[in-house]
Amino acid sequence: MSAVSNTVREPAIEVTGLRKTYPAGDSVVEAVKGIDLRVEAGQTYGFLGPNGAGKSTTIEMLCTIRNPTSGTARVAGFDVVRQRSQVRRRIGLVFQQQTLDLQLSAEQNLRFHAELYGLSRPEADRRIAEVLDMVALTDRRTDRVDKFSGGMKRRLEIARGLVHAPQVLFLDEPTIGLDPQTRAAIWDHLTWLRDNTDITVFVTTHYMDEAEHCDRIAIMDHGEIVVEDTPEALKSSVGTDRIALRTDDDELAIARVRERLGVEAGMHEGQVTLAVAEGAAVVPRLFTELGVGIRSVTVTRPSLDDVFLTYTGRTIRDSEGPSAPSHPFAGRR
Amino acid sequence: MSTRDTAVPPAVTEPQRLTEVRSDLGHEVRATWVVMRRELLRLRQDRARILTMLLQPLLFVFVMGTGLGSIVDTGGDTSFRTFLFPGVLATSVLFTAAFAGISLVWDREFGFLREMMVAPISRGAIIWGKCLGGAVVATVQSLLLLALAGTVGIPYAPVLLLQLTGCLFLGSLLLTALGVLLSTRIRTIQTAMPVSQLLIMPMMFLSGALFPIAGLPDWLAVLTKLNPLTYVVQPMRSFVLDRLALTAAEQERLVPVITWAGWEVPVGVQLLAVAVLTLGLVTLAARVFRTTE
Repeated sequence: MSAVSNTVREPAIEVTGLRKTYPAGDSVVEAVKGIDLRVEAGQTYGFLGPNGAGKSTTIEMLCTIRNPTSGTARVAGFDVVRQRSQVRRRIGLVFQQQTLDLQLSAEQNLRFHAELYGLSRPEADRRIAEVLDMVALTDRRTDRVDKFSGGMKRRLEIARGLVHAPQVLFLDEPTIGLDPQTRAAIWDHLTWLRDNTDITVFVTTHYMDEAEHCDRIAIMDHGEIVVEDTPEALKSSVGTDRIALRTDDDELAIARVRERLGVEAGMHEGQVTLAVAEGAAVVPRLFTELGVGIRSVTVTRPSLDDVFLTYTGRTIRDSEGPSAPSHPFAGRR
Repeated sequence: MSTRDTAVPPAVTEPQRLTEVRSDLGHEVRATWVVMRRELLRLRQDRARILTMLLQPLLFVFVMGTGLGSIVDTGGDTSFRTFLFPGVLATSVLFTAAFAGISLVWDREFGFLREMMVAPISRGAIIWGKCLGGAVVATVQSLLLLALAGTVGIPYAPVLLLQLTGCLFLGSLLLTALGVLLSTRIRTIQTAMPVSQLLIMPMMFLSGALFPIAGLPDWLAVLTKLNPLTYVVQPMRSFVLDRLALTAAEQERLVPVITWAGWEVPVGVQLLAVAVLTLGLVTLAARVFRTTE
């Protein structure tokens, strides 16, 4: 868990009634519909939602790239509109799209960043060494970045986001397009940050399994935050475990489940399936009360995919188009 | 307090320890310097580009200059190559500087622009850094050509070399600023390249870099006077020719004289005009950049 502080700390991110509208022809599109959000310092916060949900627009307002239409947002204690510079010095950003200078070496990229953020020479030297070490790129520091693999570039970008020791690190889809091993490696770094530092990590993702690494998650849809809680609480809120059975007599099993457990069961993918609150507690009763030969039992806990489905009415992969540009720099305006 | 406090936090957890930088002019100047230095780093990484950029001016001076030299009467012993040299020197920065300017389109396309846009620096610092960096890169590359001045009989006088370098920098900044200004509106490399070529070629030919501007027909004389590059090329040529012992006929044919409504414009005024225009272009680019990005 995150480092615990004795003093009451200001939240890392505090958003009130944040709203963003765009003109679209004669009408107005409301991309973000007055959201409230509070992220405590030191947390790893997952921000989920399909493209077009307003997630990228929200992150851009928090990072001072776009001004809100109305409402306020404070990041690291400063107002994102009136105290833009102070906010910028205290946040690190890792974008969905790669933003390294491929012609420069890893170290040159980091040094450029350190200097832009006003670090002194000794500070820059120290921080560059630290972050390179953290992402295990020390031995590649003089190599040109265009020789790096996708995963290495991503790690370098995370390192760069940390060079100026930000209080809040924003990552927009940091693992998109990476293979499973690299995704896991990236999350190892983020988990290390969560466990060993006070930094607040605000991360958007559409991989539901990654949201499990977060202290809290919010799901955004149609410009609104539809639900916000810990991953565990959200999974409990969608309720039920699912039990799937292979039996010698499915018809009879379904009838007995209905009769003796008072639960509706049905056939699904060749198995008798039923939904119950506490799956593990029901399994022994199946063996004693069904009187039907049972060949296998599977109990599935609800996943964040189920949470997403419940709150948005669709699976996240249905709504996430293949590599649609959610990034303002990805396409022309 | 004892020094044996528990739980020394790792260094990453101490953001407050880093120096706070104020949003003052000093930081903006420093940011401009950082953006500018990146252009130089990139040049060092790309040595092949330096050599290829040198090829075209060499062809102009030594191949075209020698070839045409036999039929061009300079009015004395001064070789056509000597006359051509300062003009070609000036045009050698055209492409490098303009391309350095439109590299902003690459920065945008490859994402690096975003890294600069979210940093705690002003957009003006980004534009000034790009312009100055591109101008320095183009100037440095043209110095390789300047080093060959002796081969066409131009003396290596320190003052002359400084004058020429200064003009080259001014011309480079003008072209880089034009390139950057284009990049604020043009979003793709496929468009930026031909548009910049479309701009460069007429500027090169209408500057009198490759021919004397004395006795041009009216229509061509007017176009030459409207071309800002003329006011870089002609002072450079004056500086060079002033160093040589010319015959009266050579003076008349080769030494450029520019008049505005009958007034003979001094070299200093010519360069000042370019400087003012350049400053205006950079300022305009910064303003457009602030409103569009």
